[in-house]
Amino acid sequence: MLMQAGSDDNAQTLTGPVLSLDGITKTFPGVKALDEIRLDLHPGQVTALVGENGAGKSTVVKILTGIYQPDGGEIRVDGSARRFPSPQDAADAGITAIHQETVLFDELTVAENIFLGHAPRNRWGLIDWPRMRREAETILRGIGAQVDPDHPLRDLGIANKHLVAIARALSIDARVVIMDEPTAALSHKEIEELYELVETLKAQGKAILFISHKFDEIFRIADRYTVFRDGQFVGAGLIADVTEADLVKMMVGREVSQIFPKRSPSIGEEVLQVAGYAHPTEFADIGFRLNRGEILGFYGLVGAGRSEFMQALFGITKPSKGVTKIDGKIRVIRSPADAVANGIVYVPEDRGKQGAITALPIFQNVTLPSLARTSRRGFLQLAEEFKLAREYTRRLDLRAASLDTPVGNLSGGNQQKVVIAKWLATQPRVIILDEPTKGIDIGSKAAVHDFMAELAAQGLAVIMVSSEIPEILGMSDRVIVMREGRIAAEVQGDDLTPETLVRHAAGI
Amino acid sequence: MIRKLATRRETLLLGALLLLLAVIATRFPGFVAPSNLADVFNDTAPLILLAIGQMVVILTRCIDLSVAANLALTGMVVAMLNVAVPGLPVAVTLAVALGLGAALGMVNGLLVWKLDIPPIVVTLGTMTIFRGTIFVISGGDWVNSHEMGEGFKAFPRAELLGLPMLSWIAILALAVFSLVMTRTTLGRAFYAVGGNPHAATYTGIDVGRTQFWAFTLSGTLAGLTGYLWVSRYAVAYVDIAGGFELDVVAACVIGGISIMGGVGTVWGALLGALFLGVIKNALPVVNISPFWQLAISGSAIIIAVAVNARAGRDKGRIILKSAEHAT
Repeated sequence: MLMQAGSDDNAQTLTGPVLSLDGITKTFPGVKALDEIRLDLHPGQVTALVGENGAGKSTVVKILTGIYQPDGGEIRVDGSARRFPSPQDAADAGITAIHQETVLFDELTVAENIFLGHAPRNRWGLIDWPRMRREAETILRGIGAQVDPDHPLRDLGIANKHLVAIARALSIDARVVIMDEPTAALSHKEIEELYELVETLKAQGKAILFISHKFDEIFRIADRYTVFRDGQFVGAGLIADVTEADLVKMMVGREVSQIFPKRSPSIGEEVLQVAGYAHPTEFADIGFRLNRGEILGFYGLVGAGRSEFMQALFGITKPSKGVTKIDGKIRVIRSPADAVANGIVYVPEDRGKQGAITALPIFQNVTLPSLARTSRRGFLQLAEEFKLAREYTRRLDLRAASLDTPVGNLSGGNQQKVVIAKWLATQPRVIILDEPTKGIDIGSKAAVHDFMAELAAQGLAVIMVSSEIPEILGMSDRVIVMREGRIAAEVQGDDLTPETLVRHAAGI
Repeated sequence: MIRKLATRRETLLLGALLLLLAVIATRFPGFVAPSNLADVFNDTAPLILLAIGQMVVILTRCIDLSVAANLALTGMVVAMLNVAVPGLPVAVTLAVALGLGAALGMVNGLLVWKLDIPPIVVTLGTMTIFRGTIFVISGGDWVNSHEMGEGFKAFPRAELLGLPMLSWIAILALAVFSLVMTRTTLGRAFYAVGGNPHAATYTGIDVGRTQFWAFTLSGTLAGLTGYLWVSRYAVAYVDIAGGFELDVVAACVIGGISIMGGVGTVWGALLGALFLGVIKNALPVVNISPFWQLAISGSAIIIAVAVNARAGRDKGRIILKSAEHAT
């Protein structure tokens, strides 16, 4: 930034951004979440931050609020460099965030929630309750919330909780307000009220960072935009200068640079047919068919209900309705054990938490879902177990000193091989991979993709849930797009383009 | 190889136990005479039985605080049954004790499984209920030695190959549970559920049902011990084995059974129980006040947990290839 002298400098500060990120980089083991990104927030204006899942939006929010520390780059407030070693420091600098899922305390009152951590004190250093109530009431009235400050938070509906969260943000006299998908849980009327509130905040001169997947609302309330893609800055400017199509193109319009395995899918007969799956709160009307040798992609935004549906299909949660046919015969799947017995396996997203049992040795992990085959009347046949474990670990080229080694003593890559070996050993017909490459580096990604292609070539039917468009496009024979718990579209052939997927996923 | 890895903790504890015996032997050599050690083992048998059951429960990330109350209730029921039906064969009494103990354990298991109540709350509640029930059925009265049948009292003392039946039952339980834990799908499920409940769910293991069986096994052993306890001491009243559940949990913790679940063996439970049993029996003979016994037992618990925590501490991510198989 050019330094200017005297009064010019002041003028620059007044009209310039209140908060800038310059060249911020953040690396997690194996992943570069942010790569020298830029972001400017101007007082009295709404800046929309746009990007696919995994573009780095949440990481930016966490850096702005002092939860993560950047590895490089500079945060400037009013033009001078600042660091936020803790969330308190970010709050002191006047930055506040209203999160996707409100982080509030159900058992405390509305006023306590608003002032937790910075309650007004009386002269003895004790909490000044009357003043706290009064101030809470003023703030709540200011945003048009019909909420009693003495009410426990747990009795409020989701929309009112949101208003309390906003009141909390305002109570620290914020200059920068971050709204992370604020409308995700709100009804149409509540959204309108939120828009009015945003206008009020703008009029008060606050800089607003608005994160949303919904293009209609971005064009409705944002003044500026910034687009990220894969943790990199793509572009920024005035909303008035762009169209929806421009933004979509910036979000996804990359060359598909990753190399995906060349497949010549030989799609066989139908293995799985799902019809009318529904859940009271999570998804409805899910139905599709899946064939041998096919990779079916499930694309959607985070929270579109993909994983929730998969867990129901696998018998972990109970759908209220729905029929599963395997090889044309109706099968009732009430538990994961039923699913495994019917040849469906599910490799969950969070493999650390849901994958391996680290205290148990390799062979016991591999045979765990196959114990029915390696035991006689409830008694384990250790020789059979070792045989099975040896066969599948060898197929995956898992190198370990001994199959007795506890899985916790293996590296992450090898632990993952144990988890995959475990599932292959059940000789499944259908394998569900939930975000199979999330959080792993490019090299390992390629290995997982090759492996997936190989599974399909061996005649398995593969369901791949992924939020990464290149992966979906590069691997899938067919893609189902989910939006808000329903199937928005089934796309295949020449229609498989980034634009189509984003359009269906965002509902535009 | 597998034995070596699985029993490393236990080897350490065995060493500590032998060291303890050696120290005692310097002051009172008679303590380590085989006949005395057999007596100590027999005296510790109830603790061993309960510790085995508790181990299974702790493996699944639960805890059973109701074992001593279960023991006392089952003991009272079989004692009163013996008074009511004097000629009842011991086999029937044993069956009643096992069955009632299992049923009480199932109550715990069902509450944890079906109502999803935290195990510590469930068993704290049932512990009190079981004790209260003893008072209700007995009216607060004791069942004394002279009211009990001879066969009823003689069973745990009956000797076979020089060892009393009580010891043989503990040995039998050790053998059976060792087999169950290492050689059956149910045993494997206990480890899987405690090691990583989410992963266990995805592999098709019902976490709640597995915990139910753990409580059932623990209850069964508590019921069995109830009969053995009442007949051995030839008395039954409301407060027998009061507070004994804490000794049982202590034995498990000393025995290297991780309170976080998923780690532990039958042999660990045995050694933990023996460690406490030796301290309890040795201190009086080497003229140390019983009050020290509490302090020593307490220290043993803390040291054991500290040692286990150190051994189990996360050594960080394994990134170096050379570190992968070093343990």
